[in-house]
Amino acid sequence: MDELCTGLCKFMVESGADAGLAQFASLLVGVLLVSGVPLLTVIILIWVERKVAARIQDRIGPNRVGPLGLMQTFADLLKLLGKEDITPTSADRVLYNAAPLVSFASVVLIWVVVPFTPFHFGVDLEIGALYFVAIASLGTLAIMTAGWASNNKYALLGAFRVVALLVSYEVPLVFALLAPVMLAGSMSMLDIVNAQTGMWFVVLSPLAFVIFYISSQAETGRAPFDLIEAESELVAGFNIEYSGMKFGMFFAAEFLHVFTNGILMALLFFGGWMGPLYYESPLIAFAWLGLKGTIIYLTTLWLRNTVPRLRIDQIMAFNWKFLVPLSIANLILLSAALKILQELGIAPRDMLSAGFVDVLPTTIIMLLINLVMVAYLLGILRRHGQEFRRASQANQRTLAQAASGAGD
Amino acid sequence: MELNAVTIGFFVFTILTLGGGLGVVTTRNLFQGTIWLMVSLFGVAGYFVLLSAPFLAAVQVLVYIGAIAILITFAVMLTRSVTRINERYIRTIPSFVASLALFLVLLFGITVPIFGDYPSEMAPTVVMTTRDLGVALVEGNGYVAPFLLASVLLTAAMIGAIFIARDEDS
Repeated sequence: MDELCTGLCKFMVESGADAGLAQFASLLVGVLLVSGVPLLTVIILIWVERKVAARIQDRIGPNRVGPLGLMQTFADLLKLLGKEDITPTSADRVLYNAAPLVSFASVVLIWVVVPFTPFHFGVDLEIGALYFVAIASLGTLAIMTAGWASNNKYALLGAFRVVALLVSYEVPLVFALLAPVMLAGSMSMLDIVNAQTGMWFVVLSPLAFVIFYISSQAETGRAPFDLIEAESELVAGFNIEYSGMKFGMFFAAEFLHVFTNGILMALLFFGGWMGPLYYESPLIAFAWLGLKGTIIYLTTLWLRNTVPRLRIDQIMAFNWKFLVPLSIANLILLSAALKILQELGIAPRDMLSAGFVDVLPTTIIMLLINLVMVAYLLGILRRHGQEFRRASQANQRTLAQAASGAGD
Repeated sequence: MELNAVTIGFFVFTILTLGGGLGVVTTRNLFQGTIWLMVSLFGVAGYFVLLSAPFLAAVQVLVYIGAIAILITFAVMLTRSVTRINERYIRTIPSFVASLALFLVLLFGITVPIFGDYPSEMAPTVVMTTRDLGVALVEGNGYVAPFLLASVLLTAAMIGAIFIARDEDS
């Protein structure tokens, strides 16, 4: 068979099915999964998001339409479809209407390389991880286009902020993404998951996971990085002129992007479908991936509803002065340590076929390196915090003196 | 010519590349021009896919689409009017000569190795993988020197930009 026959198709041919039929079935399942799973989950995600946000804020959330308010999303969908579809007269008609489509497509296209189980995936690209980064950059463009084509100053201001935020946080995101790629020795998502048979990469490189987590939270524009929306200052930012289902598309894209990031983190750092009994049935493997992705997704919701919004200068300073240097240092240390360990014969040369025992020494050494780095970082942060507090106290003292001096 | 998926793909990407390029030079709207540029670059990424170079295709999309968003920001911020540009470009003859010269160089550069008297071994027959590309960049007899030189040059440019943008007294 040629290279087109991978995953499910290969498995079916090995168990004696007709090659052509196997290829057709495997492609059909791949297409159905890639197009179906994200579109179906987004309907549930909207309900989950609202319910979780409500619980964190000590409210009940949607509870009128259907049991537990589960039908609320469908009611909202009908409402959005029934709303008037406005295009401002001075807007750039084509680009204005194209932007929501591109925004949603940029998220759905990521699912092409997501391996749901060892046998079910859209396509196993040799450059899977790079493909994800490339497609994600389309989202930035969609938001910029929406902001400009609306011909509204608030929309344009919001879009400018987005470009600054998203382009900046893409740097640590890519550097963190390189950690699992380097550990697995491959950019294929399937290989990255298979390379975690011995040990999950989150244990081998926890710092890379934290950096990836923070920057993907920024990439989706969620609090504390929700400058894109900033309802209170920009009256909703780039999507202010959008109404009805076009607005709905932007919203669905954002909800789906958060969950997609959860699934990606599960694949890159938490072993994807790996878990007890995953080899018994593809359904169990699928359930493990969904469970891990959902847990990470719920933590991002928790974070979103807990922390306040940062200012743009704080966001930029945090990225360029802290996250980018940290991610570069992490990458250099990780690659050097990995190479040295491989030369010494401690680390396995091929992660794909390495078992738990083979990876154990590497894991301990990597964890120690990460621990030293975290201790050093905490030291730096504490020193900066003390300096900042001292400066602000001194400032307050001079202010108080000036005030009492003026009173005499 | 045989009509298969690759041929159809080639035609589609050619239309995207050339049509996008035409859109860039004909539109009088700066923003739409950048979008056309994106369409054109997307077509080039398609060529890379057809040539079995998915890595280059992904890099093309990543670098150029990301750059286009920034280009748009600068186009909107640095120009007085994005949509109603009245000035006409007057240096048509130098531009024509320059583009014609470039076209001829490319034409001969590409066709002579194919149709000329050069031995056919010059054209690579093996499809390169991403791993081969990486190895060629760091191998001693490969492209390690130009690769390092380019890295140093880019770093120097970046440091220079930061130095120029810095405040005098800070």
